[in-house]
Amino acid sequence: MAQQTFQEISASDFFYRNRDIAGFTNPTRAIFATIRELVENSLDAAETIKVLPDVYVRLSFAKVGNQESQVFKLRVEDNGAGILPKHIPSAFGQVLYGSKYTLKQQRGTFGLGGKMAILYGQITTHQPAHVTSSTGTAKIYSFKLMMDIQKNRPIILDRRVSTNKGQWRGTIVEFCLEGDYLRAKPKVLEYFKQTAMVNPYANLTFVDPKGRLYKFTRGTTSMPDPPKETEPHPYGVDVELLQRLIQVTPYKNMLEFLKNEFHRVGEITAQKFLAFSNLSPRKNPKRLSHAELVSLMQNLKKFEKFLPPDSSCLSPLGEDLLKAGILKELKPEFLVVHQRKPSTYAGHPFIIETAIAYGGEIPKKNNFVIYRFANKIPLLYDEASDVSYRVINSMNWSRYKVTQDMPIAIVVHICSTKVPYKTVGKEFIADRPEVRREIANELRGVARKLQHFLSRRAHVNKEKKKFSVFIKYLPKIAQFSTDLAGKEKIPDIEKLLKSVRKFGIE
Amino acid sequence: MGSNKKERIVGNKKSKVLSSLKNLGSRVYNQLENGFFPSITMPSRSTENINYDPDLRQYILGEKIVLRNSRIFTQTRGFTQLVWAATFSHELASQRKTSTLRDVYYSAQAYEMVFKDQQESNNIITDLETVLGLSREDFNIFPEERSAVFGDLTIAYTVPGYEGRTLNLTSHPDGVLIGPALTSAEFVGTTADKVIAIEKGGLFTRFVEENVHKKFNALLISTAGQAPRATRHFIRRLNREFNLPVYIFTDGDPWGMHIAMVIISGSANAAHLRELTTPDAKWMGVWASDIVDYKLPTYPLKEVDFTRLHELQRDPRYQTDPLWQKEIKTFLKIRKKAEQEAFSRYGLTYIVDEYLPAKLGETK
Repeated sequence: MAQQTFQEISASDFFYRNRDIAGFTNPTRAIFATIRELVENSLDAAETIKVLPDVYVRLSFAKVGNQESQVFKLRVEDNGAGILPKHIPSAFGQVLYGSKYTLKQQRGTFGLGGKMAILYGQITTHQPAHVTSSTGTAKIYSFKLMMDIQKNRPIILDRRVSTNKGQWRGTIVEFCLEGDYLRAKPKVLEYFKQTAMVNPYANLTFVDPKGRLYKFTRGTTSMPDPPKETEPHPYGVDVELLQRLIQVTPYKNMLEFLKNEFHRVGEITAQKFLAFSNLSPRKNPKRLSHAELVSLMQNLKKFEKFLPPDSSCLSPLGEDLLKAGILKELKPEFLVVHQRKPSTYAGHPFIIETAIAYGGEIPKKNNFVIYRFANKIPLLYDEASDVSYRVINSMNWSRYKVTQDMPIAIVVHICSTKVPYKTVGKEFIADRPEVRREIANELRGVARKLQHFLSRRAHVNKEKKKFSVFIKYLPKIAQFSTDLAGKEKIPDIEKLLKSVRKFGIE
Repeated sequence: MGSNKKERIVGNKKSKVLSSLKNLGSRVYNQLENGFFPSITMPSRSTENINYDPDLRQYILGEKIVLRNSRIFTQTRGFTQLVWAATFSHELASQRKTSTLRDVYYSAQAYEMVFKDQQESNNIITDLETVLGLSREDFNIFPEERSAVFGDLTIAYTVPGYEGRTLNLTSHPDGVLIGPALTSAEFVGTTADKVIAIEKGGLFTRFVEENVHKKFNALLISTAGQAPRATRHFIRRLNREFNLPVYIFTDGDPWGMHIAMVIISGSANAAHLRELTTPDAKWMGVWASDIVDYKLPTYPLKEVDFTRLHELQRDPRYQTDPLWQKEIKTFLKIRKKAEQEAFSRYGLTYIVDEYLPAKLGETK
């Protein structure tokens, strides 16, 4: 059905009509989603060239509107890779723009987040977007753009070139949109905080419409290795993806097509597969009928001899960075982080990273604080629908001597080339058995470590309590017995006190 | 001549108390000096270590010993309290001041020794008694006084300010409180030839009014319910020092019977102490059989009364004299009890004119 829709209307028209599914449900969500999409693009832009991200976001009043919804001007600046001038109009004015369909772990999954934001701005304010970018060359390019929604094409209203004296590199996006910041504020601030937690190597600056400055400074200068691009794994393709791959492939026969466009498919595997699905190795993929296409997709999933995907295309945060991020933002008394070995679901590799933090700035509530991340972006909505939430709530925490009213934060980060979101709005992770199992095993591991910490702490507290008893009463015993025995000199009890001072107590 | 000897005994007792306390202090002090966490041993007061001694005719503590060790952090606080209590008692005794259990509880706070509650401080005092084998009255901690004595007994005070002053206990018709001053006094002389201890203050007053002390040549003691330890010790002294027979007159119910028993054979709670019992004292009434014989007005026995009677039936102290078992059985049979005042149905003086002479004759 989706396929037919694409044939009838343009992609941007489709998303215009269905903007709810991309998270632009109402003026509040729109502000949140817009900021989030652009910040994530900026972080990706910096990470691809291994540069520590500096992202500056400013939201200001553009025009005084009514209480519910006001017009804001949003400016997002980064120090990322920058965009070549020939790509700028399409990159910001054309939905689903992309040359080659390879897969790697990225924050935005649909390639439409930033454009959707600009599209939303245009719909609500009828104003063009300004994009300025340089890849660090001698020139800086500035565009004034609008989007032709029906045709899914950018309209260039103005184009300027200036000299890049300071060798600046990065991208600045500025446009107007309608929204409700007052209501969005808590989520926006929480978004920045959690983004800072899971991107501890980034500097994030946010200036809100009232001029308040929120600064999240990086706590480390090491970055995770950037993800490698990889072809899709046969288990993970659908008809739509197959069609697109066939459209762009330069290979003229099935054997070469399979070998070159799919992840972990070599000569022998490709031949075996073609025999398995009764296809000629010489057949031109572009000549496949619709029925053949569907059967090819089904056979790709049925064939059992494909090697599982490897995880080189994933860029998890790593235990050290996750630790740094959580220490920076939560300042917990105790923290354990763990990264699980890669696993796969439906042909997509994924890695689960978890952490449990105790005490510090974590509030005591009746529930654990749960931080959910996917590909280094925080998930802030629909917590109760998320697989992590369900796993956490179905765990028997009393086994780990943990109760819900303890100041505990649980962090679950899933990295994947295709995060199993339930919705286009990227709010929560679907309950896939493979994912659920990995999360559950992982949480049990960190929970055990928390248990060790808690029991050790209880032990130390007990020793402390014991020691405080001795320190309080032993001098009194010495004093009273000296008086009672009619002696002058009070016995020295320092040695005795030293003998009961256990390791770990101050 | 006799008075001199007694003075020496009292003086000896006092210096014995002071030196026991001081010894305790030295024991703790030396352990600290030698680099040990101090500890103190004492006989266990747990129920399985309380045995009835048929020779002493009272409860005593068995062989089991407990250790109070300051090294064990749950005992450190209690140990400190014990040493404090010893120090405080030593101070009281050497300055010849007295105190009450309530007073001890509050005094502790002046030494930054806080007791959780009165019970905790009482327990510590009992511990101290057990460690030293002395009763708290010996180190000048007294209960609230409520029992009294009346009759021809002359005493000489030893308390500061009154040393050597004498008093005849007929001098005040309400009786003289058996408090610290009387407890520590020496007995100078008496013309009485018996002691009558009475459970109830009202009847004690009646006896004084009716000149029972003259008519029967007796010293009268009001126990005011269960006799305090000072009173039990006082009764024992009268019995020992003057060889006076002791008669105990209580209500005709299991509770009254037991008031008499505690004076005679002591209580399990005081198993760590001596010199509080008067094994030769007699319970003269009101017996269950008196209820029948004198046709006294009665109340039916309640459930608790029956329970108590069954307990007493098994109690080793009640095995000594067949009288006890006989009276318990009678109570159980008639299912009734009577108070001392019940005799008033025959007129105010009946009890003195008829009952007392008959019973004194009977119990002799």
